Amino acid sequence: MLLRLRDVTKTYPGAETAVLRQVSLDLDAGEMLALTGESGSGKSTLLHLMGGLDTADGGSVAVAGTDLTPLGDGGRAALRRGTVGVIFQQFNLIPSLTVAANIAFQARLSGRHDPDRGRMLAERLGLDGHLDKYPEQLSGGQQQRVAIARTLAAAPRLVLADEPTGNLDEDTADRVFALMCELVAETGAGLVLVTHSQRLAARMGRRLHLRAGRLTDGPPA
Amino acid sequence: MNVRLVLAVLLWLPVQAMAQGFAGLGTDAGSFAIPDPATVLEFPADHGAHPDYRIEWWYLTANMTGPDGTAYGLQWTLFRSALAPTDGQGWNTPQLWMGHAAITTPDAHFVTERLARGGIGQAGVTAAPFAAWIDDWAMQGDDVDHLRLSASGPDFAYDAVLTAAGPLVLHGQGGYSVKSAAGQASHYYSQPSFRLSGTLTLPQGAVAVTGSAWLDHEWSSQPLGADQTGWDWFSLSFDSGDKLMGFVLRGASDYTSATWIGADGWTEALPDKAFTATPLAEHKVAGRSVPVEWRVQLPLKGVDVTVAALNADAWMATSVPYWEGPVTVSGSHAGRGYLEMTGYDD
Amino acid sequence: MTGTVLSALLGHWRRNPLQVFTLLAGLALGTALWSGVQAINAEARASYDAAAATLVEGSHGQITARDGGDMAQETYVALRRGGWLVSPVVEGRLGQVRIVGIEPLTAPRGIGPVALGDDAGLDAFLAGEGQIFARADTLAKLAATGAQLVEAPDVAPATAIMDIGLAQRLLGRAGRIDRLIVLPGQPVTRRALAVLAPGLAEAARQDGGDVARLTDSFHLNLTAFGLLSFVVGLFIVHGAIGLAFEQRRPMVRTLRALGVPLGRLIGLMALELAGLGLVAGLAGVALGYVVAAALLPDVAATLRGLYGADVSGQLTLRPAWWLSGLAIAMGGTAVASAGALWSLARMPLLASAQPRAWAMAKGGARLAVLSAGLLALAGGLVLWGQGLLAGFAMLAALLVGGALALPPVLALALRLAEGRSRGVLAQWFWADTRQQLPGLSLSLMALLLAMTANVGVSTMVSSFRLTFTGFLDQRLASELYVSAKDVAQAGRIVSVAAVRVDAILPIQSVEAQVGGQKVEIYGARDHATYRDNWQLLRSAPDVWNRLARGEGVLINEQLYRRGGFDLGAQVAVTAGLGLPVLGVYGDYGNPLGQVIVNDAVFAKAFPAAVALRFGMRVDPSQVKALRGALRDRAGVAESAMVDQAAIKAMSLSVFERTFTVTTALNVLTLAVAGFAMLMSLLTLATMRLPQLAPVWALGLTRRKLALLDLVRAVVLAALTGALALPLGLALAWALLGVVNVEAFGWRLPMYLFPLDYLRLGALALLAATLAALWPAWRLSRMPPVQLLGVFRNER
Repeated sequence: MLLRLRDVTKTYPGAETAVLRQVSLDLDAGEMLALTGESGSGKSTLLHLMGGLDTADGGSVAVAGTDLTPLGDGGRAALRRGTVGVIFQQFNLIPSLTVAANIAFQARLSGRHDPDRGRMLAERLGLDGHLDKYPEQLSGGQQQRVAIARTLAAAPRLVLADEPTGNLDEDTADRVFALMCELVAETGAGLVLVTHSQRLAARMGRRLHLRAGRLTDGPPA
Repeated sequence: MNVRLVLAVLLWLPVQAMAQGFAGLGTDAGSFAIPDPATVLEFPADHGAHPDYRIEWWYLTANMTGPDGTAYGLQWTLFRSALAPTDGQGWNTPQLWMGHAAITTPDAHFVTERLARGGIGQAGVTAAPFAAWIDDWAMQGDDVDHLRLSASGPDFAYDAVLTAAGPLVLHGQGGYSVKSAAGQASHYYSQPSFRLSGTLTLPQGAVAVTGSAWLDHEWSSQPLGADQTGWDWFSLSFDSGDKLMGFVLRGASDYTSATWIGADGWTEALPDKAFTATPLAEHKVAGRSVPVEWRVQLPLKGVDVTVAALNADAWMATSVPYWEGPVTVSGSHAGRGYLEMTGYDD
Repeated sequence: MTGTVLSALLGHWRRNPLQVFTLLAGLALGTALWSGVQAINAEARASYDAAAATLVEGSHGQITARDGGDMAQETYVALRRGGWLVSPVVEGRLGQVRIVGIEPLTAPRGIGPVALGDDAGLDAFLAGEGQIFARADTLAKLAATGAQLVEAPDVAPATAIMDIGLAQRLLGRAGRIDRLIVLPGQPVTRRALAVLAPGLAEAARQDGGDVARLTDSFHLNLTAFGLLSFVVGLFIVHGAIGLAFEQRRPMVRTLRALGVPLGRLIGLMALELAGLGLVAGLAGVALGYVVAAALLPDVAATLRGLYGADVSGQLTLRPAWWLSGLAIAMGGTAVASAGALWSLARMPLLASAQPRAWAMAKGGARLAVLSAGLLALAGGLVLWGQGLLAGFAMLAALLVGGALALPPVLALALRLAEGRSRGVLAQWFWADTRQQLPGLSLSLMALLLAMTANVGVSTMVSSFRLTFTGFLDQRLASELYVSAKDVAQAGRIVSVAAVRVDAILPIQSVEAQVGGQKVEIYGARDHATYRDNWQLLRSAPDVWNRLARGEGVLINEQLYRRGGFDLGAQVAVTAGLGLPVLGVYGDYGNPLGQVIVNDAVFAKAFPAAVALRFGMRVDPSQVKALRGALRDRAGVAESAMVDQAAIKAMSLSVFERTFTVTTALNVLTLAVAGFAMLMSLLTLATMRLPQLAPVWALGLTRRKLALLDLVRAVVLAALTGALALPLGLALAWALLGVVNVEAFGWRLPMYLFPLDYLRLGALALLAATLAALWPAWRLSRMPPVQLLGVFRNER
């Protein structure tokens, strides 16, 4: 089991109601899961818990057999470096590094830097003409492709994508999304996609819907 | 008393060594007067200074007794050292002066030192009336037979009257005193028979004393042999009225010399090896080990005595340190005297 | 991982060279001014120490002539023969060089050139043409004398040590001696000085040289300047670091999301800053060296002119100095970045990563409270503080409190202006200015501190000058001062001068003990000179008439403050004669207490004292003739006559030098502050585009926008200047009235110099305008596409 959530609850300080209630979930390697839900339904929070970016109030989160609950900042950072890859809506590239350095960045952090793999990813994602540029010189679609390449270059076992195409126009979004799914599938990693787009969610193998902090199967009719 | 000569040379030797290195002074070093056996000493003129000789001193030591029978010793010395064989007025005068004064009691030793430039009146010697002085220290009188002696330091002072009880003694050949086989010599005479009375000012108060004193006056220009490391010098006054001056120059081979001054006034210079001195006991003072008890022998005169320091700590902590203090004599002859030891530097 | 993360962190600086330049330059400039001033002070102190060591000033007792003149060599011999262990010294000047003749055989060990420590050097020192020991630069100033020149770095600057005989010959003073050093361990049978040489007086050993005490005041000024400059530099650094951290918040979040542990990240950022601090520190120390080397000759000239203290005009590179410069740069970086690192450490991983309006955005109200608290603390310290430490704490509270008050005060002023403005453009102008305040407030604080320092220190230096020249006017009221060799010549002087001058004012003094302190007692003849020229700090009614009748004394401020002698208190002039205090006069730079009595009282109390110095009141046009008469008929040497005009001309030239130094430091601090402003404006220029673009789109030309930016800078600078003036005056008041009194025992009166402040204000406005010029020019030339970029969604 790649990812295992049991009875996860989360309430933000000062909030009256819990953002997540008794959420349980299993994900196998190679599985692709879409999480949908209204704004504020807790889907991003759930993703952050999976990536060790945030901690649950109750229940347990285990990634690749490691229980995240007892881990400190260092342990969770190590998990993010080595096991999990996160693709953000805001790309979150490092503005002071070139495209090539950005792509290699996480792989170098995790100690799995492989220049050939980086080059291959850049080529597949259509970035080979932009490797010496800085992020600010790229379009939004190009920047998100750099972010995808950065994540996949480190060969994570679990890829978490938070509205990865939310900032892109529809055509670009479709192309980038297809590429991402294709590349993740090739690595055999598990993928959790958070999106509010039913159209994109429909293209994933498995779908779950969050409503008022609880998981349901698929969107309501 | 050539040991005094050596002391003075040692004191100023570094100066001389430097002098040869600097312009004009190398020639002066060779232009000092050399003692000459043909010279006839003339008094009172020769009581005064001889600025054309490199070094000269007036050296007085005294053995004294206080009202309670306590033994005391005192020393009053004025050295003259010339950078060049000239004299004159003002700061340019190349004559330098140094005074040492000390009082030794059975359990204390007081010592102090003065330095002065010639030519400005701070120190000097005149022959008639006789006056030798540095700062407030003085040894002076109408003539050398009647002197007033004074000196002071931060913790002591003395003031005494000296009256000669015998004639001057000219050492060697009419005052020409040969020092070594190499021919080094000095002009040298003594007044070994002063009667002394005076007052010692000590931290615990003034002490009236009486006793005897021995004055040496010697001048020369010649330095010490290179292998000679120091000397042990004795001036002894026996109860019989006889007196003995003798010394050992320690070197590659020891050189000894002595003068016997009979109670009748008859003087005899004794050759090398006639006089011997053997250390009997050592004492630790100022970080050095110094022999403060000796066996002194002069077989020619039947002398075989033990000489012991009145105060083993009579260390002269002056610019060039040495040991100088009163001694008591026992054995074949009884008496008192002074012992001086140099070169115990380590 | 370390290398990977560092590449990302350092990449930021590579992409923002201006920021790294600001950071480095701010820190380097602050360090430079601080360490430059420290270098000057250290050099001066080392010179005093060398002087004290070579000349035994203060470390031994001294014997000098009561009349302040010299003595005969025979007197020295008489003292030696009377049992006094003393060593003669003759001193004088040969051109720019102070000649000191010593007698090596009697001098205390350790005095004079090191080579004399052993007998080896004695011969060369004494014999032949002799030797002259001095620093290389001093030797170069000496004319050939035939003596051997020996380089001796340990000798005090501008001083040449030699045998007394040689010195007397070079100075043309054969047989004369200026002073005697009293050695320790005097013999028990010494005769009394009064018997041996009644004309001489012995002064006891002092703790700390006079020179050092006199010049402390001057060095305090410099230190205050250096410290303020460094604080200005710190503000700049704090701003630059704050900006860099704010801009990198998103990156920090990303790095953490990608798995970099927080501790490692903070550590690496600290390391990065330490590296920058080191680079800036090295540059600052090098720059400080340049500053010090450029200013030192003027400082040295000032110190010599003011106090007669010889200070080397050449700078030595001391390890302690440059190490402390580096340390202060690193420490400054640490202080400036601690807050940024702390807030970074507490930043939640998932917090909004958008750059905030950087720095100082945190609540103006809190700032105002803090500022008010600090100012209240300063006030409290003035009222109840004791000691020098409290004085410095007060200065710090005053300055920081004042600086922190700037943003709230400016915000208030701008809000008032906004409320009163009519036109829409004016309203937008004021609102936009207020919005920029957080971004500019750090550099404005730097400007405020720079101007405050300038106002404060200028006021202090100028007050010092006015006080000192006024004091010279008091003290040098007579047109000509004449010293007699002896009593006989004094008589001749009086008879020659009597028919030629308006008045002869004898100057006579003795040393005495009053209230357990060593004081000088002067006898003054009643004359209009005193009544007209002397300004008393405090006085009883009818003070001059009562003084003339012998009904009381005047005392100097030092005795008044230290001895607690208020008006009316009894001063025991001699054992049997107590007189009340009638007035207190300022006596600047004198470490000793002083008492002035009427000359009749003086003559009765000290019958043995004889006046050998005289002040002559005469028509200034007659001075030359009088000098001639005294020279020809009384045999007075030219060197024994000093005319007032010459002294005043000299002291004025000294102050010219002081002003050169002060002006240079003023310009430097303002330049630093202007630079800070330039950097802030350049940074804001890019951040403000979203605010400017809509206004531009609505029809304002770029040129107009640029002009408004320029006006804005000037307005802000003017408002800052308005606040700097009272703060600077408060600083000056604190330095003169609190720190100086605590440190030296006298209060310097404070004067105001409105013209100076105007000029300073103009300079500050100029600096602000220059700083704003380039950003404004860039704005006026900005391609429209860049402004349009604001409206594109992707940004």
